[in-house]
Amino acid sequence: MGEKFGFESCARIFGTKFVLFLLYGSLHLQPLIISQYTLANSLGTGSAATVSALQTRRSGLIPCAFEDVDLETYIAKVGELDSYRVRSDLSAYDCRNNRLAQLCLEQDDFIKAVDGAKKKYGAARIGVFLGTSTSGILQTELAYRHLDPQTGALPPDFHYAETQNSYSLAGFVTHYLGLTGPAFVVSSACSSSAKVFANAVRMMAAGVCDAAVVGGVDSLCLSTLYGFNSLGLVSRSPCRPYDAERDGISVGEGAGFVLLERATAASASNAMLLLGVGESSDAHHMSTPHPEGLGAKLAMQHALDAAGLQAGDIDYINLHGTATKSNDASEGKAVADIFGSGVPCSSTKGWTGHLLGAAGITEAIIGMLAVEHDFIPGSVNTQQLDPTIAINYRIENGAGKINRVLSNSFGFGGSNCSLVLGRQA
Amino acid sequence: MMRMFVEGIGLLGPGLDGWSAGRAVLAGDAAYVAAPTNLRASDMLPAAERRRAGVPIKLALAVGQEAFLQSGCDTRTASTVFTSSGGDNDNVHAINGILATAPREVSPTRFHNSVHNAAAGYWCIAAGSHEPSTSLCAYDASFAAGLLESATQVTIDGAVVAMVAYDHPYPEPLQMVRPITAPFGMALILTPRQSGKSLAALEVEFVAGTTPETTMPEAGLEALRIGVPAARGLPLLSALAGGKPAQISIAYFADNHLNIRVTPC
Repeated sequence: MGEKFGFESCARIFGTKFVLFLLYGSLHLQPLIISQYTLANSLGTGSAATVSALQTRRSGLIPCAFEDVDLETYIAKVGELDSYRVRSDLSAYDCRNNRLAQLCLEQDDFIKAVDGAKKKYGAARIGVFLGTSTSGILQTELAYRHLDPQTGALPPDFHYAETQNSYSLAGFVTHYLGLTGPAFVVSSACSSSAKVFANAVRMMAAGVCDAAVVGGVDSLCLSTLYGFNSLGLVSRSPCRPYDAERDGISVGEGAGFVLLERATAASASNAMLLLGVGESSDAHHMSTPHPEGLGAKLAMQHALDAAGLQAGDIDYINLHGTATKSNDASEGKAVADIFGSGVPCSSTKGWTGHLLGAAGITEAIIGMLAVEHDFIPGSVNTQQLDPTIAINYRIENGAGKINRVLSNSFGFGGSNCSLVLGRQA
Repeated sequence: MMRMFVEGIGLLGPGLDGWSAGRAVLAGDAAYVAAPTNLRASDMLPAAERRRAGVPIKLALAVGQEAFLQSGCDTRTASTVFTSSGGDNDNVHAINGILATAPREVSPTRFHNSVHNAAAGYWCIAAGSHEPSTSLCAYDASFAAGLLESATQVTIDGAVVAMVAYDHPYPEPLQMVRPITAPFGMALILTPRQSGKSLAALEVEFVAGTTPETTMPEAGLEALRIGVPAARGLPLLSALAGGKPAQISIAYFADNHLNIRVTPC
């Protein structure tokens, strides 16, 4: 504020209390309403399938049977995708990742909700901010097996922009939903589809758009399976988050989308809200988290601050909990430092596998499902908790009033994001 | 309309070896002479990371470092927005080749460098920054997306933002389906408040509908603008180099664009 519109002159015109509200309010995120959400993963399509699998403790992990991958590991696969095709007018976009995007968009009346928002705001006023780590790279991996023996060229039916390019996902979704507002893909590895919530918050606060579709999709491909394997981060058994004997991740595929709109005082009461987002960087190592969980701690604290909440206001934490030695140890320290051993926590990756660029959105939605259904998901596959991690980690599912959840997503490159979701305090 | 200040500029491209060298060319005061991009490993990185750095990391760190040196800002307290259509295209090509034939031995370094946010990860390590960092892609609109996102971070979060845009050619066969003509990077240090180091004020607006894009009058620079997604920002650098008030338009996608007003400080 310049001198002309300083505190005193504003207070004279509008009253001290109102200006203090504005100043105070500016420190916090204006909550956004989660108007609709949907997800699709190995547990099934639509949010009811995920709720049912969580409540009956049915994991989606199966022994690896994907393309001709010869690794001894478990994966979480969406079975329908092999025979599924994207809408015929968008056939250039046809690839596993966009098939999964479309399959997901078709669940939970999501398209109807977006159509309603289009009528309300106009297609040009709805942003699309989506996360993916590998987009349609499987298409290129397979195409490299069929290069022209004479020229070395890619097969003629290979569509780079619509499949391999990271933007492919947002390009497909904007066309599929008929949206023309600002759009981009965030690709920051496993934090991607959590960070998109922050983009939507800023874009809407700046008046660039009035609503936003955020989310993410990542699908199985050889790059991630062989890549994580080369780092020694893939488990031969179904992943066991926070177990003393945990030995790596199970790679999965999944998709999730959320429609965000601005909240008014009336619409916010009792609605599902995005209350806070926190982002940070480890500045430590490309593929190993900070040993003391420094970046994780910063992200969680920023998210609480943005929500105007204290650690004790959180009823459940959905951990990043990849089941690698280093992630769970580092995240566990960070959670213990901020939340102590009181707040119930769990990682749901024993059910879904690690959904990489779709982990953030999937686990944000699982957090919201916990609020909607008043239950705390525990942790499948975890047998013996790591005794060195002093948090309230839940193996068994639990029931209870859940108003607010925090969800963690951390990625390669030291990219961290935490979300606070739920009902107003 | 979002208002912010430019406090530092970084540039590295074919015949554009740094902002101080390229400025006169972009202002139209010196002839553009095309030459291979002068890629070099950054001395910001520890030796181990320097050895692992591919082209995008070299580009991003070179332009980021140049922009920060010009500004009065601290690399540790600035947020970062990285934007690129492709990421590490040499590495993606190599991994696809390795996966197409047995044994599929992708090295750990190749894999962690293949993430789109590899340049961001290396930057944060080199810069000692724990601040938020994001890595975007919007195909040919990647520069516009990066500038739009940076503008919201400056105006809404009150952050000092280093925006870094970079792209480089694929090896064949991908170059045939996604031609990118040269390695090119640029960086802007954007601040919410004017300081003694401010070079210009920018007012950025996302506008629905199409408009004629601002082009580069010099043919070689116009070819570069069209040939590299990150170089779509050249008209903005040209306006900053000119030192006069200017209004430019950069296409986003078919349905929308950015209007940018440049006012020298």
